[in-house]
Amino acid sequence: MTALLEVEDLRVAYGKIEAVKGISFSVEAGQVVTLIGTNGAGKTTTLRTLSGLLKPSGGRITFDGKPLGNVPAHKIVALGLAHSPEGRHIFPRLTIAENLQLGAFLRTDKAGIEKDIQRAYDLFPILGERRKQAAGTLSGGEQQMLAMGRALMSQPKLLMLDEPSMGLSPIMMQKIMETIVELKAAGTTILLVEQNAQAALSLADQGHVMEVGKIVLSGPGSDLLHDESVRKAYLGED
Amino acid sequence: MHELPQQLANGLALGALYGLIAIGYTMVYGIVQLINFAHGEIFMIGGFGALTTYLMLPSGTTLLVAIPLMIIGGAIASVTVATAAERFAYRPLRGAPRLAPLITAIGLSIVLQQLVWGFYPDAKKPLSFPEFGGDSFHLLDNLYLQRADAFILVLAPLCMLALGMFVSKSRSGRAMQATAQDPDTAKLMGINTNRIIVMAFAIGAAFAAVAAVAYGLDKGQIGWEMGFLLGLKAFTAAVLGGIGNIYGAMVGGVVLGLAEALSIAYIEEIPGMQQLGGGAWANVWAFVLLIVVLLVRPQGLLGERVTDRA
Repeated sequence: MTALLEVEDLRVAYGKIEAVKGISFSVEAGQVVTLIGTNGAGKTTTLRTLSGLLKPSGGRITFDGKPLGNVPAHKIVALGLAHSPEGRHIFPRLTIAENLQLGAFLRTDKAGIEKDIQRAYDLFPILGERRKQAAGTLSGGEQQMLAMGRALMSQPKLLMLDEPSMGLSPIMMQKIMETIVELKAAGTTILLVEQNAQAALSLADQGHVMEVGKIVLSGPGSDLLHDESVRKAYLGED
Repeated sequence: MHELPQQLANGLALGALYGLIAIGYTMVYGIVQLINFAHGEIFMIGGFGALTTYLMLPSGTTLLVAIPLMIIGGAIASVTVATAAERFAYRPLRGAPRLAPLITAIGLSIVLQQLVWGFYPDAKKPLSFPEFGGDSFHLLDNLYLQRADAFILVLAPLCMLALGMFVSKSRSGRAMQATAQDPDTAKLMGINTNRIIVMAFAIGAAFAAVAAVAYGLDKGQIGWEMGFLLGLKAFTAAVLGGIGNIYGAMVGGVVLGLAEALSIAYIEEIPGMQQLGGGAWANVWAFVLLIVVLLVRPQGLLGERVTDRA
């Protein structure tokens, strides 16, 4: 069986500076795969390239059997790849309901959209309570829920989450991680980028450690979690 | 004070004209943060498109039939030029430092003026534009409303209402708001942001064409240089109201129009200010108002304070 997402020797450069220096990995349908690493390792650059916001300078991306490298960003979500970006990037002056509707921008099945909005409210009840409120008034954690809910509204084959726990309180972080476990149990395929290596590795099927634009270590999440060099570098043990 | 209602009516009509043109500045700025200094010329081209349309109609066509056709013809001309400018002059500079598209806009403004001056038949001097015949409306014993003023006072609110509905209710309008607030994330939703940007230019140009027809009907003539000062005033109105906010454009226009009309009528009645009143000083007072408002509210009357993006 071929993977849902296949990344081969991907390179991305900002001008002359190469931020991603030839990485390869794949995501199988139903899996949770995580990219971990410090700031500046190239994780966010990788996701932004997968969703078309950046153009690769080399390598190949194949999603669901189709090459992605030169597909413009606004056509990617239609292929089934949704991206919840780093820093959440909800639309602050639109309401929560309007943000969710924009997540389903390309869908035409009104009844289905309504049902999925209801599902997002079930997943995150606080969003339902505040549906008519401007999204900019939400707390960081609530905005993260909205960003995830919005990404799910396109009914993606693959959900990409970039730093969902960034800047959140421990309680909120736990809630977000629990939600990812829930989504995984429901069969959602997820590519998760995190700085919180402990949390990401403990729920991932497969993990990749990135350092300055390269993947330096790969393996099942639980193996990496117990790998000595990972524990030293990312889990703060010596 | 007996003539106050009249001055208010004059100010409102002038303000509605500014507001209609200001929409074009504010929509484009709201989405691509570009001050399209060529928008005054887009307005002028709308006027020439309308005049051309009028000249092609069989003689004896009543204004009632001619005006809608002139608006359509003017809008075709202005929208064509505005979207071509976006495609060939501004789009290649997206991502360039802000100064580059700004200079391009100023250059484009001069080019468009000179093209009309040089190539439109007889446009080196003002061209006569059809005028409303008939009496003005006598509303109160001290208030006469000219037909051209009535025209814009009816049309401008209708245009604004339609635009407001479009932006808040339609799918494309929602996409436009998303693009203005966060263009990259709008793309992640599947929104073709290039199409939205073209749409913003086109709507602004169409509104400018409506304004140009109203202007021509009022003055009875149009000319290649008509977009310069009016464009500047409309830009002032957009900033005054809070650039990027479509309702702000209309509010800014009306405030500016009223300020001009009232300054013409009343400044010279203030003891010691006789020399500073009248029509000659209206522009000065308009810009003084702008400066004062920006000192107190830098974001404009309806503008939102720009918050840091995380």
